[in-house]
Amino acid sequence: MTRFLSIAATEMLILRRNRWLLMATVVMVLFALALTFAGSAPTGTLGVDMLTISVTSMTTLSVYLAPLLALMISFDAIAGESERGSLALLLSYPAGRGEILLGKFAAHLAALAFAMTVGFGTAGAIAAWFGGAGPDSLFALARLIFTSILLGAVFLALGYLVSALSRSATAAAGMSAGLWLIFVVLYDLGLLGAVVMDGGGNFTRSIFPWLMVANPADAFRVWNIAASDGVAMASGMSGAAQTLPDWAAPLSLILWPVVAFLLARAAFKRVEP
Amino acid sequence: MTNNALSIEHVRKDRGNVTVLDDLSLTVSAGERVALLGHNGAGKSTLIKTILGLTPLTAGQISIGGAKPGSTSARRATAYLPEAVSFHPALTGREQLTLFARLDGQAADIQGLLERVGLSDAMDRRVGTYSKGMRQRLGLAQVLLGKPKVALLDEPTSGLDPISRQDLYAIIDELAEHGTAVLIASHALTEVEARTDRIAILRKGVKVADDTLESLSAQAGLPTRMRIRATEAQADTIAAKMGGARINGASVEIHCEPDQKMARLRDIAAMGDAVVDIEMTPPRLEDLYRHFAKEGMQ
Repeated sequence: MTRFLSIAATEMLILRRNRWLLMATVVMVLFALALTFAGSAPTGTLGVDMLTISVTSMTTLSVYLAPLLALMISFDAIAGESERGSLALLLSYPAGRGEILLGKFAAHLAALAFAMTVGFGTAGAIAAWFGGAGPDSLFALARLIFTSILLGAVFLALGYLVSALSRSATAAAGMSAGLWLIFVVLYDLGLLGAVVMDGGGNFTRSIFPWLMVANPADAFRVWNIAASDGVAMASGMSGAAQTLPDWAAPLSLILWPVVAFLLARAAFKRVEP
Repeated sequence: MTNNALSIEHVRKDRGNVTVLDDLSLTVSAGERVALLGHNGAGKSTLIKTILGLTPLTAGQISIGGAKPGSTSARRATAYLPEAVSFHPALTGREQLTLFARLDGQAADIQGLLERVGLSDAMDRRVGTYSKGMRQRLGLAQVLLGKPKVALLDEPTSGLDPISRQDLYAIIDELAEHGTAVLIASHALTEVEARTDRIAILRKGVKVADDTLESLSAQAGLPTRMRIRATEAQADTIAAKMGGARINGASVEIHCEPDQKMARLRDIAAMGDAVVDIEMTPPRLEDLYRHFAKEGMQ
């Protein structure tokens, strides 16, 4: 337990020292503020409060930014140590590999949670101040923060997986970029293409929603949008989500970090420094 | 049954079709300093990694004070200095060493250790600003944590200046005095010469020699090299008389077996004024190493 905490404390120190924590928080705050103010125009026409609009805009933002920030910390976790020659040394100490990985994960997740909470929280507070907020929209904001952290956890774990599988930190960085592109952009494009080809047939109605929710980034989107009427109305894209049971998106987003972490743990076990 | 801190028995390690270590046995007892010599790719680092349990064995067994490699008690008993190690550039030396001490699970005098390896001025600076030698010293400081039973040092002198090397060997001596079994993988033959109790030579994963320097010298029977500088006119005569080869003008070089050395010296002394100077080179570890590393290659 103390070993796990020492690893976590050291990783946290590194994130603070190399200004990752500061930069990530600033980026989150700036983006969230920009979207809140830029997206505040349609409030009147839709009849929802400004915080709801803000949460909708920030959901779209988080799909791109949470995985990116998470991968940016995690890709180096194993490959970087291995490249420096410190991995063999670290593993010669009594700490187990699971302990090491979990320690890093805890610190990275805490940093990510901090950046998300401060970023979205600030934007949410400002939106609520200027445009009002109800219990529903406050709940939507809390859900956005929580699910963003979960989405970050998925990509932290995927980053470790890539880091354990690659020979160098540079290769891990490249693979992380590929991973981001696939999950966040290409997967959706592929599905969109399939739906267009299908032309409203069986695929679109029964298979497509499940395929969509199998991707953590889309599960994140569906969970935030479908669970809130206000957000769904503001985003205007709830059709596909309605055919799925309520538990589908949360289940996907909760299972993904666990599965990805176990995969990373298994890959790390096979690393010979 | 023995007091061997480290015992390696009939270890074999295959990587694909290549046998990296072949039927290798080696023991290091408490307080003993053993040098592990071998050319690049001879299997020195692989051997160390098998002792640490970082890479699995194909056959044979290793025991660290009775524990299996990679077990918690074995990891607690061993200290390791990787070759050309580096640390996270954002941490200070003190922070890095504190992490290692916590992982080791024992209270340690961090400041004292850093002072011991000569990092007292730099301990609160980031590792990113350290020179290669300073990083090596930081690596050495973590070896001293928690009084290890076995210390495995992979090329510990790489990147160190001559004075730092002296310090390093002083620290190694201190470790051994406190009962640590020290295994040093090295290329720096001249230093290992005076500073170790026993020398093991690896060639392509096979142990070709394992003994004290004196015994190895006797076994190899390597000749002493003598270089005689003669006056201009006499060089040819001396070369003919002594049966050596003439080199660069007035010098003659001869090789003689250990038991003929004194006889040859008397011959040279008898030549009187014809000999201006004489230089003798006894067989060095380099020659010995070359002898054992090449043996059987034909």
